Amino acid sequence: MSATSATLEAPSRAASGTHGRVTQVRVIRSEWTKLWSLRSTRWTLLVAIVGMAGLGPLVAAVQMNRWFHMSPDDRLHFNAINTGLGGYHFAQLAIGVLGVLVLTGEYSTGQIRSTFMAVPKRLPVLWAKAGTFAAVTFVLMLISGLVAFLFSQSILTQHHVQTSLGHAPALRAWVGAALYLAVLGVLALSLGAIVRNTAGGIALFAGLLFVVPGLAAILPTSTQNAINPYLPSNAGTTILAGVHEAHTFSPWGGFALFCGYTVLALVIAAVLMRRRDA
Amino acid sequence: MVPSESRTDTPRMITVENVTKRYGDKVAVDDLTFKVKPGIVTGFLGPNGAGKSTTMRLILGLDAPTSGTATIDGRAYRDLGAPLHEVGAMLEARAIHTGRSAYNHLLALAQTQGIGRGRVDEVIDMVGIQSVAKKRVGGFSLGMGQRLGVAAALLGDPSVLILDEPANGLDPEGILWIRTLLKRLAKEGRTVFLSSHLMAEMAQTADHLVVIGRGRLIADTSVEEFVQQASTGAAVRVVSPQATALRDALAAKQARVDSIEREVLEVHGVTGQEIGEIALAEKIVLAELTPLQLSLEQAFMRLTGETVEYHAAATDDDTDNADLKAAA
Repeated sequence: MSATSATLEAPSRAASGTHGRVTQVRVIRSEWTKLWSLRSTRWTLLVAIVGMAGLGPLVAAVQMNRWFHMSPDDRLHFNAINTGLGGYHFAQLAIGVLGVLVLTGEYSTGQIRSTFMAVPKRLPVLWAKAGTFAAVTFVLMLISGLVAFLFSQSILTQHHVQTSLGHAPALRAWVGAALYLAVLGVLALSLGAIVRNTAGGIALFAGLLFVVPGLAAILPTSTQNAINPYLPSNAGTTILAGVHEAHTFSPWGGFALFCGYTVLALVIAAVLMRRRDA
Repeated sequence: MVPSESRTDTPRMITVENVTKRYGDKVAVDDLTFKVKPGIVTGFLGPNGAGKSTTMRLILGLDAPTSGTATIDGRAYRDLGAPLHEVGAMLEARAIHTGRSAYNHLLALAQTQGIGRGRVDEVIDMVGIQSVAKKRVGGFSLGMGQRLGVAAALLGDPSVLILDEPANGLDPEGILWIRTLLKRLAKEGRTVFLSSHLMAEMAQTADHLVVIGRGRLIADTSVEEFVQQASTGAAVRVVSPQATALRDALAAKQARVDSIEREVLEVHGVTGQEIGEIALAEKIVLAELTPLQLSLEQAFMRLTGETVEYHAAATDDDTDNADLKAAA
């Protein structure tokens, strides 16, 4: 990459200029093709969309039917935002599993060798995968979250407990749900890149997101209260909570911490990807 | 970043210099040094586990050498700005996601360096997989998979080709096709480096051989020289009605003689000419005098015999002789 080598450039190659060189934009285009050309991607994303868009309205309908059977306390603390966006519980599983697969699917099939032969610097592949997957997740979850929210609020009008996106916390929670799921996808993808094995990656992801909170719950309450805010799932979901709960961070504070965890995982993944034999 | 497309004194040359690769305490490649030149087909020969695939992965920057350097045009593979245009490679182990169609696999590779869809269609036609291009790779036969691998290698019209066992799984027609293709690519001035365990195939395709065993270089030579080199010290077959007398005369000259049949001897340690002179001096009639030439396969077995990783039987001189006898 020195100036002297530039002067030795063969005329035929020089004429082609940047033609044929690997660039970040081209790698993103390639990863976009890869993402959509797998049947498993389309199915898993469909599951995430149906879960995100459908579960909120379903829960809303159940609650409206059971309204007079609910305890006064439940009715008093009824939260229209949480009801509408409850589908994220389901969507996060699909997004997480797919995130892991985006990387481990390449390792298990040997595709990663073709990928690294085309992009020998390797890191552009990681950035492109993380970027496209986060963007696709964000857009799809923003749309299905909006459908879920609007549809459930129209159901909640039955007992006049609805809210609207004009309400600041509702707007934050709607966009926040899509942001949380997009970052979660990158976290899962990073874990996949670190362990390079589908079963291991999914176990690590599920353990971190779903098992660790359960373990924390059996600790003494004071310890629990000290630890809980820092757990990735608790920190990340503050951004989509309808009301601020005790022993949690502020919406953006918690989400920032969750992003911090994700960046850490991504950096570890990057270092290992450059170093390890493919 | 200045694009470095330098073509200096080593155009299209693959250079492996003192490369060693260890996995834990197992040495896969041991201080290997060789060059692969453009314009000819260079065969990479060695028994299973000799380190052929590892060496190719090291050249392609997939694995990092423990020590030494592997370069193409003097640059490490990782520093190539447009790798698919410079090097086309196909690895033995399939390196393709089984859930994607052949077309999309090639398209995704092409897109990383701005190669158009037209070229994707072109290489699909070139290797003859049009009819299955839109089908998922998981359902491909071994032969179709190999053809797809070749298509991927040709995508960037590269000046260097590195192919691991390209003939594997191909039918006779496919083997003829790949042989013709590789020879043509070499004739166009490209560097063609292919590994194979099929010695007969190599004899018909390769001009030059790099032979390794247990990660070490055994030979870096032309196909003819390789056979010749392995044949030195090989036996000479002698047929004589006075075989017993000849046997005693030869034994007196420190030659090692095996009786094959009543009138047939196999002689080691002396040349055919020396046998002729001895026979003349002793007034012994010779009916036949034939230096035993080894086939490429036998030469290979002979030279790599001691370096085979997993050997079925003991490797002493008798095994070699038995091989030669069986061939004679």
